[in-house]
Amino acid sequence: MNPGLVHELTKLLGEDSVLHKLEDLFLYEYDASVEKGLPDIVVFPTTTEHVSQIVKLAAKYEVPVVGRGAGTGLSGGALARTGGVMLVFARMNRILEIDPENQRAVVQPGVVNYELTRAAEPHDLYFAPDPSSWKSCTIGGNVAENAGGPHTLAYGVTTNHVTALELVLPDGEIVRVGSKHDDVFGYDLTGLFVGSEGTLALVTEITVKLSRKPEAVKTLLAVFDSVDDAAESVVDITARAITPAACEMLDGWTLRTVEDYIHAGFPMDSAAVLLIEVEGLAEAVAAQAAAVTEVCNAHHAREVRLARDNAERELLWKGRKNAFGALGRLAPSNYVLDGVIPRSRLPQTLRRIQQIGTQFGFQIGNIFHAGDGNLHPIVLYDPRDAAQFERAMQASAEIIRYCLEVGGALTGEHGVGMEKSELMPLVFSDADFDLMRRVHDAFNPSCSLNPGKIFPLSKGCGEIRVRKQPGEAASRP
Amino acid sequence: MTAISTNFAARLESLIGPSRISTDAAARACYAVDEFLPTAVARPTSAEEVAEIVRFAALEKLALIPCGNRTKLRIGAPPSCYDIALDLTGLHEIVHYDPGDLTLSADAGTPLAKLNALLVDHKQFLPLLVPWYSLSTIGGTIASGIDSPLRQFYGTARDFLIGAEFVDGSGHLCKSGGRVVKNVTGYDLHKLLIGSLGTLAVITRLNFRTFPAPIAGSRGFVASFPDAEGALALRRAIASSSLTPLTLDIASPELAQIFAKRTPATPETAVFAGENRAADQSSLQPIGDWFNPREWQLCAAFAGTTEVLDRYARELTLLAEKSRATSTAILGDATRPAVWGRLRESLAMLLETSPATVIFKISVLPGHHAALFTNLQHIAERATLPSALVARAGGTIYFALLPASVNEDTTARLSQSIARIFDFVFASCGHASLLFAPPALKERTSLRSQQLVAPASSRLPANSRAELIPGVAQMRRLKSAFDPQNIFAPGRFAGGI
Repeated sequence: MNPGLVHELTKLLGEDSVLHKLEDLFLYEYDASVEKGLPDIVVFPTTTEHVSQIVKLAAKYEVPVVGRGAGTGLSGGALARTGGVMLVFARMNRILEIDPENQRAVVQPGVVNYELTRAAEPHDLYFAPDPSSWKSCTIGGNVAENAGGPHTLAYGVTTNHVTALELVLPDGEIVRVGSKHDDVFGYDLTGLFVGSEGTLALVTEITVKLSRKPEAVKTLLAVFDSVDDAAESVVDITARAITPAACEMLDGWTLRTVEDYIHAGFPMDSAAVLLIEVEGLAEAVAAQAAAVTEVCNAHHAREVRLARDNAERELLWKGRKNAFGALGRLAPSNYVLDGVIPRSRLPQTLRRIQQIGTQFGFQIGNIFHAGDGNLHPIVLYDPRDAAQFERAMQASAEIIRYCLEVGGALTGEHGVGMEKSELMPLVFSDADFDLMRRVHDAFNPSCSLNPGKIFPLSKGCGEIRVRKQPGEAASRP
Repeated sequence: MTAISTNFAARLESLIGPSRISTDAAARACYAVDEFLPTAVARPTSAEEVAEIVRFAALEKLALIPCGNRTKLRIGAPPSCYDIALDLTGLHEIVHYDPGDLTLSADAGTPLAKLNALLVDHKQFLPLLVPWYSLSTIGGTIASGIDSPLRQFYGTARDFLIGAEFVDGSGHLCKSGGRVVKNVTGYDLHKLLIGSLGTLAVITRLNFRTFPAPIAGSRGFVASFPDAEGALALRRAIASSSLTPLTLDIASPELAQIFAKRTPATPETAVFAGENRAADQSSLQPIGDWFNPREWQLCAAFAGTTEVLDRYARELTLLAEKSRATSTAILGDATRPAVWGRLRESLAMLLETSPATVIFKISVLPGHHAALFTNLQHIAERATLPSALVARAGGTIYFALLPASVNEDTTARLSQSIARIFDFVFASCGHASLLFAPPALKERTSLRSQQLVAPASSRLPANSRAELIPGVAQMRRLKSAFDPQNIFAPGRFAGGI
């Protein structure tokens, strides 16, 4: 499309850092969502200066720029919805500093989440946000989407662990916001940029808090014969003033699928399991584990099992973290939803999800962060069957609408991206969009960064035209 | 009053009714901001009325300063203009509280104490135990960005403010976030309101995550040291242990003396609101002899079951001995409020101590604290100014200069010390802001343009410092996005915003 741009990018980065052949570009058309978007050029910068130069070149040729980490996102945030330059941070993957005394780390955006925790381990520290994809997702991606994970129940999501950022603005200017210490001076720009899905600036360096590893951890598996009992237990644990480090739920159908594949020890005939983890001082953990057991028993748990050792604990978590992979064996594709409800509405919401499944003809599995009401219903479908795909999308939208009806949110940790931009008017008024638009334009006035995300297309940048067929516009040499 | 101002007051009356507008001198005097008086005071009772007033102000280009109970209006630079005081205490409903979800939504003018009084019935609380606690509204607390000793464990408001409704500078009622604890729908605009001093929007409603109260039991721990080094060594030891105290403050001997002499003026309520009603009392007990007015003290509060409390008591005492503490004490429900009530009200007490108190908020990494403490004391001694210091939760330091009287001489010495403190903090790669200072001194140090927030490591001439506030250009862009007519608290914020 842009031989001049390809030439200049190649001059800047070298041949092995610029992809522009269709067969190469196809690899970057996907992320872990059901969306697609083909970039025209893919580049791999290694320095902040590169990023700044790339953005300037893209501006010169008037093509958009989209940042991407490992492409594990679930809302299409890292897809080139309108083509353009995809800027992949995979080679900006250095941990610049681990500061144990102040419990901070400074990293480049391409550092894999798990790698940071591993590097901090010798100091008894770790990086708390732990999305299911933690072994491949990057911290830059976590920052863009404000990623969560099972352990965010007690420790908060990505934004609670980021204190400073280095950014490249759409005009190529390099800016630093926040600082290494905890306090915000001036407006909380760091808080605004985290979770802005790459629509305001590109993040090139991140300062994060590291957390101290707890002295004791106890992992419990509570087995239930009814989903309602499991859900009621979650509500009651909170009411008893217990904040578990994690509180995850798998429904019966899902846990059977997982068990077939992982052999984590989930009872095949149960209706639901709760995976609950309590952490802290040994004395506190013992009391909390006893209280959790008592609550589950009061709600007719068939069995509450305490992981005896690390191996058993890891096996239980393996069952949870690899659940999406296990479900992948059942259908050509699956759609992982992300909705949030007030946790007291869990039982009724799960019933409603089953009704919606029946209505649209899908088996919908549920695996989710029960403790904070963050649901991940999974719809299995065959993308080759256009009608089925359409029905799957309808069922999904119906579930998300119900989450909003009961006072929840459109997305808890996956982001709006392309996936939910058209659902945003269910939450926000015209006045809300106007203000968000003005904030967007304050940083990204010509919509050159990650266009077509967050905002509904009708309320987005005027000049955006979304390709109907992702592959279409790439029909060039 | 001029004809124009009379005219706009009359038009305000037509918007929300004459009983909600005041223009008499006595009423206006109550809303003074650094000796500037508004022309009119408006007391809306709904978000719609707020929006009407803002639309009117935007049309007429009138400067408007939102406020709650006005306990923290002294924070910030003097306004560049000030026409309307927007008193939000008429918006005071708790609109939603679901104990099972640990979420709460309340109008901006809701008193913090009212909110915690509701939460206590459900054994929950909001960890915002800020100075002037019993008078503070939630809107004022958020807009002022003030912190609380509990940030050690619970974090600051940015960690548990989950949504907000507010009126932007065009007079539109907007929202961000929601009422669930996990939410990434749209930009986190509500975070920008924290500490914005009313310069971005008028907050009308706030949504919080609430927390289970430490009902099982809680205790206080105080260790005394002959020097700051010992207290800092103990703080380091605690940070690298498995202990996770709820609060962790280091008080200088001068602060201990103020604690020994004074009782906060504001009536007392439960120290950790929500833990139990028995702790409520009308005034604080005097401080005990375990709080040594000649020494540095480290104060830590902790909570849990009896076994957990025992463990903390045992380990904290042991770690304190290793750090060469001269004495340690475990404080129970009867004695603990005497210290923690004062720690919470430290800033209020410091302001009462001197007719011209200057308080800095300084953030540098813990590793630099020893040098910082020494230098701050040195700067104060050089100017023969009494001072006091509290270091909160590992990184945040409040440092006060407390002249005994106000005259040309003390003012000169204060402004010299202020410049030295800024210089030293920059050199230590930290940030400093002059949180409280007498208005005359704020003008003298031309605080608006330069020094409200100052950047790390700057040795440049004072007048270029504003440009070095990290991201100040981006902050200006945000200000224009929220408040295109610049009607909200103009001049009050960093960098002249």
